[in-house]
Order: sequence, then structure tokens, then C-alpha cells
Amino acid sequence: MSAILIVEQVLNGLQSGVMLFLMAAGLTLIFGVMGLINLAHGSLYMVGAFAAAAVAGATGSFVLALGAALVAAALAGGIVELVVIRRLYGRDHLDQVLATFALILIFSEGTRWLFGSFPLYLDIPDWLAGPVTLPGGIQYPLYRLALIVVGLVIAAGLGLLISRTRIGIQIRAGENDREMIAALGVDISRLYTLVFALGAGLAGLAGALVGAIQSVQVGMGEPVLISAFVVIVIGGIGSIKGALVGALMVGLTDTLGGIFLPELFKLFTDPAKATATGSAFASMAIYVLMAAVLVWRPTGLFGARA
Amino acid sequence: MIRERTVNAAILALLVAVPAWAQWADEPFTITLATRVVIFAVAAVGLNIALGLGGLVSLGHAVYFGLGGYAMGVLASHAQNYSPLMEWPLQLDGTKSMPVIWLTAILSSALAAVAIGLLALRTTGVYFIMITLAFGQMAYFFAISWPAYGGEDGLSIYVRNSFPGLNTLIPIQFYGLCLAWLGVVLFLNARLARSSFGLVLTAARQVPQRVEAVGLDPTRAKLVALVISGAITGLAGALFADLNRFVSPTMLSWQMSGEIMVFVILGGVARLFGPVAGAGIFVLLEHLLGGISEYWQLFLGIILLLIVLSGRGGVVGMLSGRGATHE
Repeated sequence: MSAILIVEQVLNGLQSGVMLFLMAAGLTLIFGVMGLINLAHGSLYMVGAFAAAAVAGATGSFVLALGAALVAAALAGGIVELVVIRRLYGRDHLDQVLATFALILIFSEGTRWLFGSFPLYLDIPDWLAGPVTLPGGIQYPLYRLALIVVGLVIAAGLGLLISRTRIGIQIRAGENDREMIAALGVDISRLYTLVFALGAGLAGLAGALVGAIQSVQVGMGEPVLISAFVVIVIGGIGSIKGALVGALMVGLTDTLGGIFLPELFKLFTDPAKATATGSAFASMAIYVLMAAVLVWRPTGLFGARA
Repeated sequence: MIRERTVNAAILALLVAVPAWAQWADEPFTITLATRVVIFAVAAVGLNIALGLGGLVSLGHAVYFGLGGYAMGVLASHAQNYSPLMEWPLQLDGTKSMPVIWLTAILSSALAAVAIGLLALRTTGVYFIMITLAFGQMAYFFAISWPAYGGEDGLSIYVRNSFPGLNTLIPIQFYGLCLAWLGVVLFLNARLARSSFGLVLTAARQVPQRVEAVGLDPTRAKLVALVISGAITGLAGALFADLNRFVSPTMLSWQMSGEIMVFVILGGVARLFGPVAGAGIFVLLEHLLGGISEYWQLFLGIILLLIVLSGRGGVVGMLSGRGATHE
């Protein structure tokens, strides 16, 4: 186990963490502002990835593909909010779970209908391909490094949007007291559509960015959705800061656990068995982390509501 | 309430009449389909005890369903390979006997429910939903990456397990066993709802503070409900594995949790026969739409969405008017 490998894995963990943050940020905003639990958030991630793959295939431009992902997912989110989601705000969580579960079925099968069952591939553009040499002589893929930078820039931008702009003030007010801000003359239903579309756009962007290092296929959104749930439970529902901290914790735990737990088990048993046992436990590591955080703080690290 | 009783009687009559007709008309596939309905109904009755009585929105009931399935798979696979389950500290062999398998499934799911409940019940509302979901995923990923029992590919059992005095390979006899179990858990559910424990549970769902004020522990009541609920769903998992003679991590997937929840909500939350009606309609839709289009889940999604948006109380609620609905 060399220092270079450790640095590499920490970077991988950061990369998956910031991508998770893009998913979790939308999820936590939507829950914080509208009180809605949205299982279909993973479908918007998938919509983004498919839109990017389709546009990249047609035009060959990666930047256009990312733009398309953002727009397509935000548009899909906006439409879904107008047609379905806004009927669910007054309902209990049970109805929300079932309706958004139905939306997953519709999105997944609809995408399969349009694009078929075979995975699509989204290529990393030439100008981001290949490794870079980091200080200390570490070779690391440029694209993954770019993902970390993009993710952190978006996180900072989102932080500014929430804390410094008029729309951010309205979002924060909406989290605290939605009747009051409606009474003050803010068009609350437009704000809801906007927040939903914003969350959807971020999810779609994450789908496209990650789609270039994995395959683009139906059902790609659900594992990420569940990791994002773990993130916002750890961070505290409704908190953007919590989503960032939680996402980095989950990304690092997942990546480092996958590498170090098998190594750890090798100290006790034979290598083949250690690899199997270690990876079995590594796949559960983030849930153990979540359980531990909840025992300590039942509303998450930065959660306010009881 | 009288009308709900009529609806219930009609559902029960269908559960007896359809397989009887299928047996007479020599349509074994219909009996298999009906067995699927009954087993899913058992699983959903289990969830309905947590969901309807206790108000616990558990999106992780696949844990118990899959655990029951693996209880069957592990015991039967050791029996069919003639390898002992463990040799130390005492020699334990696998078994092909259904009663032993059922007991194992019930006990292991109940234990899992205790562990999950102790952690998850520290939280409420949307946190509870997400935590139960996360525990489900934990079990799912563990089953996928643990190679001893088939890993991702699952376990096949060549011959259905046995029950004394019956030939379980004959579809109608296995159906009879499953229907008997459905009868038992429905009876249990009805008794539970009317018992003093059921009243405490209902109160704990509505106003936990008042339950506490009269000196009872609402969290403990919810934990007991979750354990009973998990045990019943675990039993259903063992039956389901026996129906397919196959168990795989799919039984632990979160889609499975979602489906069990769909059975309950489709039929009507907190209604005794709601889960039965829901499971029946789901399997029927799956069968009919699956015959029409490869993309049947798209239509299933649309139908589900319309049912949720249109009103509340599920199918049993729609048929029998307003009554015991969830708040």
C-alpha cells in the first residue's frame, strides 16, 4: 500500500463525493422547501445522462451535451412538478413515496422505449482525456480532477445563490414559513417549480458528468438516489452545508472502504477470502456510517427539524 | 363498514373459487398466479401492520422478505448438497422441511426487525423512510457481494420443500398451504387491531405524547409492531422462494420494498383486506399488461399515479366508501 495509491483513492472519493453532492443538494432543497420526498430524483439524473449521450452523439460536442443535460433535466423536472408533484405537497409522505415510485416506472420504461435496453456511451472529450501529473509525481486522470473542480465550483455557486441572492432569500424563507412568504407577496407556486427545476437540473448535470466515466443506461439513477438519501440523512435534511459534508463523507467512506477493508481482512485470513469478505463489508460501509451518525444525532449533523 | 365486509367476503370467495375453477379446468398456470397473489398478500399484510396500524412508513420490508427467502435457500441448499450448515459448536444440518424453514424465516426476520427497529425508531417521518430504505440496500449489497450463497446469481433449489402429509409439488396443494397462512395472518391482524395493544398502537400513531402521558411507551409499541410485521413478511419470503424454487438478491432490492408498499396502498392502507386486493390487482395488471406490451411497467406507473392522485383509501376504500382510512 503506497502513499500514491492512498492519494489516488482519496481523490476518487472526493470525486464521487462532489457528484453525490449535486444529487443530494436538489433532494435536500426539495425536501426542505416543499416537504416532499422525491424518489424520482434518480430518474432526472438518468434523463440528464441520456440527453447528454444523445446530443454528444449527434453533435460531437461535450459542452453542448452538458448544456443539453442541464436543460433537459430541468425541463423534465419543471413539467413533472407542474403536472404531478404539486398535487402531492399537501399529502402525507406515503402518497408521495407511491406517486414518485410510479414516476420512476414511467421514466425508466419511457427511456427504455425511446433508447432501447442497451447502454449508451458518452466519451470524455479529447481536451479532458489522459492523465495529469500532480505535485509529488502522482498521475491522475484529468477528467476526474475536472469533476472535482466543477463540483466544488457548483457547490460554492449554490452556496452564494442561497445566501446572497433574492431567490436564495425566498428559498430560505420558504423553508422556514411558507404561509408567511406567500402573504408577503412571493408567488410560492412559481418558487416551488423553480426549486424543483433547479434540483432536477443539478441531478441531470451530475448524470451527464458521471455518464462519461460509466455507461449510460436505464436504472443508473436509483443506486445514486439511495446514496444521496444516505447523504442527506447524515447531513441533516434541508441543509445544503450538511449535503456537502455528508456527500464528501459518503464518497470517501465508500471509495476508501472498498480499497482498505479487503486489505484489513488480509491481516486475518487468506487473501481470496479476505477480498470477498472485505468487499461485502465495504459495500455496507456507508450505511453503517449513517447508522452511527443517527445514533449520535437523530436529525443528522446539520439538521434543525426534529 | 357493512359494505367493506361484503367486499372482503367477495375477495375471499375469489381466492377460493378461481383456483378451484383452474384445478377443474386443468390450468396450472392460473393456480401459480393465484399462489403469487396469496404470497404477496401475506407479505403486504405484514407491512400493513407496521404501516396501517403503527403508521411506520417502512420502505425496507424487502429485508424481511429476502431474509425469509434466504432462510429457505440456505437451509434447503445445505440439505440438497448434504453439507452441514455448521459443525461447531454443534453439528447443524440443512433441512427440506417447510415448518422448520418457516420457523427459521420468522425468527430471523423478527431478529432483523428488532435490530433495525431499535435504530430506525430513533427517528420519525421522512428520516424513518430513508433509514429503512438504507437498511434494505445494506442487506441487498451484502447479499450481492457475499459469495457463499450464490452472490449476485442467487440460489436454485431443485425440488420444492416438503410438508408432512402433502405433496407440495402439486400446485393446488401448495396453494392451499399458502392460503391457510394468509388466513392465519389476516386473523392475527384482525385480532391485533382490536386488542388493547392495537389501541395503544393506534394512539401511538396519532398522538404519541398522550400515550406517554398515560404511562405507556409509544416507541416500544411501534417496535413490537415492526417485529410482528417483519416476521410475517419474512414468512412470505420463505413461501415465495419455495414457489419459485429460487432465491436471489432481487428479493432484497428496494424495488421489492416498493412493490410490497404498492400492494398495501393500492388496496387500501389500514384495511384488513386492502393488501390482499392490492396484491391481486398488481399481479393481474402485471400479467395482463405484460401480455400486451414489453413496456408494461410504463402503463403500471401511469395507473398507479392516477390511483394515488385521484383519491385515498385504495381499491377497497373506493368500493366500500369512507371508513377506516389513514389520516
